[in-house]
Amino acid sequence: MINPAAKLSAKVFADDIEKKPTRDGFGLGTVEAGKENPNVVVLSADLGDSTRAAWFHKEFPDRYIEVGVAEQNLATVAAGMAAVGKIPFIASYAAFSPGRSYEQIRTTAALNHLPVKIGGMHAGIQTGPDGATHQMLEDIALMRVLPNMTVMVPADSEEGRKCIVAAAKLPGPCYIRFGRAAEPLFTTPETPFEIGKATTLWESKDPKVAFFTTGSVAYRTLQAAKLLEEEGIGSLVLHFHTIKPFDDAAAVAAAKRVERIITVEEHQVAGGFGSAVAECLSDKHPMKITRMGIQDVFGQSGEPDELMDFYGLSPRHIADEAKKS
Amino acid sequence: MALTEAEVLTIEEKAREVRASIIRMLVAAKSGHTAGPLGMTDIFSTLYFHTLVHDPKNSDWEGRDRVILSNGHIVPVRYATMAHAGYFPVEEAETTLRKLGSRFQGHPEREKLPGMETTSGPLGSGVSQAAGMAYALRMDGKKNRIYCLTSDGEHQEGNTWEGIMFAGKYRLANLTQIIDRNFIQIEGNTEDIMPLEPLADKYRAFNWHVIEIDGHNIRQIHEAIEQAKAVADMPTLILANTIPGKGVKEIEGDYKWHGKPPTPEEGERFIKEILSV
Repeated sequence: MINPAAKLSAKVFADDIEKKPTRDGFGLGTVEAGKENPNVVVLSADLGDSTRAAWFHKEFPDRYIEVGVAEQNLATVAAGMAAVGKIPFIASYAAFSPGRSYEQIRTTAALNHLPVKIGGMHAGIQTGPDGATHQMLEDIALMRVLPNMTVMVPADSEEGRKCIVAAAKLPGPCYIRFGRAAEPLFTTPETPFEIGKATTLWESKDPKVAFFTTGSVAYRTLQAAKLLEEEGIGSLVLHFHTIKPFDDAAAVAAAKRVERIITVEEHQVAGGFGSAVAECLSDKHPMKITRMGIQDVFGQSGEPDELMDFYGLSPRHIADEAKKS
Repeated sequence: MALTEAEVLTIEEKAREVRASIIRMLVAAKSGHTAGPLGMTDIFSTLYFHTLVHDPKNSDWEGRDRVILSNGHIVPVRYATMAHAGYFPVEEAETTLRKLGSRFQGHPEREKLPGMETTSGPLGSGVSQAAGMAYALRMDGKKNRIYCLTSDGEHQEGNTWEGIMFAGKYRLANLTQIIDRNFIQIEGNTEDIMPLEPLADKYRAFNWHVIEIDGHNIRQIHEAIEQAKAVADMPTLILANTIPGKGVKEIEGDYKWHGKPPTPEEGERFIKEILSV
């Protein structure tokens, strides 16, 4: 059943649950953080509308900086601003930022240890019709290996808002990953949120398997848990909105209660969230882990749901994986 | 205001001490770059011993001017100059460069030393960072000036031109960039490897004010910086023609000295020549 402590939307499994792109959280969060702290600024690389940076622009025109189609400049101008006291949020597509600006982020944000906040939009295959060039599937891997970097992957726009507001208060650099497609808005303002703490979304009485998930597939994983419950199989669903620092304690505690772990992410299985889980549990509680995600291939054009189905990330696929031995 | 003869002589004397320290550092380190640091010594000395609004004993002072070294590989000149200016002990800089546990990393790191505004080494990101600082400080109505030092070779990096475009668009008049125009890069002459000329015209086309100088003439360095301060509506480029290895005749202009240190015997000979002027 749904974990009541997660305080999810009453409409969590209703057909008419409201859907919004997680990137809306970037717009909402930066405006909120901007009201709280006058040092918050937003930099955009000619993608203000689709990254929702434009929402901040509307509210704070003097604190919005357009850098043009230049993602390396986006990262490095932001690092300069951070070095003199600003808290810059940079907005572009994840394929370009951090995709194109990796070295700049490594040296000028991470090694410099400055509060540059990177909003990577249109991450995952659900970027859809734009195809593989724009479907960033390697960004979690790139960002989580950098010392000093915090990595967050919100499940919906409300959680995205919380990630941004929390990121503005962190002293160091931060990567926050967002998707393009509309996702069910299933968390609420009351859903507990703390950087580095996983949220238990689902908890059956006698769980056989634990799903560890992150970001845009958290809702589908929750749907999978419901399907399994209906078929008599108990499970746990833990959503890790923070991948770094990783919540070792929650992972180990859940692992001890089940026979098997299945990780689910909209990202390459190499180096991403599932790898972070495997790194933790191989040290602290070795057991069988199955990593669901994109299996070392690039994406392709298609509609978001079609693509999730094609790459084996529909609720049915996730539930069926749990039935395998 | 023009420099007095006494001021010029003082800066020149400091520059000789800095050059000697650079050689000592490189000999002790057994690796590092020789030509670039010697070529930029007169500019660093003019900045740190005359021009900058700064306080070596209070390196975080908000009112300070910022010096951004984009081409981090010439950092021995920055370490030596700042040590002589009082930021840290000269002996520590001369003896621990590039050694395990040292604050004096092979390429500079912001968090290791006071007054080291940015981490650098990977080329091409300094202009943008300096422009970001200039933009942010101007937003807050601050009067600090930003000095960004770049190499000519790193103008082959796309990021450099992104920063130049940005600074030109936003008319960052509080930003002065000084290019170490020594025409050498690791594998030869810049104009053979990937031509940069006409460099001054390129900057003018990007809405920068351009001043060309002899990068070893203390008066010209000073006057260019003063002129840049008077330009109200655009960033300024000081295109400083420099001689790599300046101060040691046998290595001046030789690109092979870009990335290697002197041996102890060479070091002794070089220092003798530097201090005998």
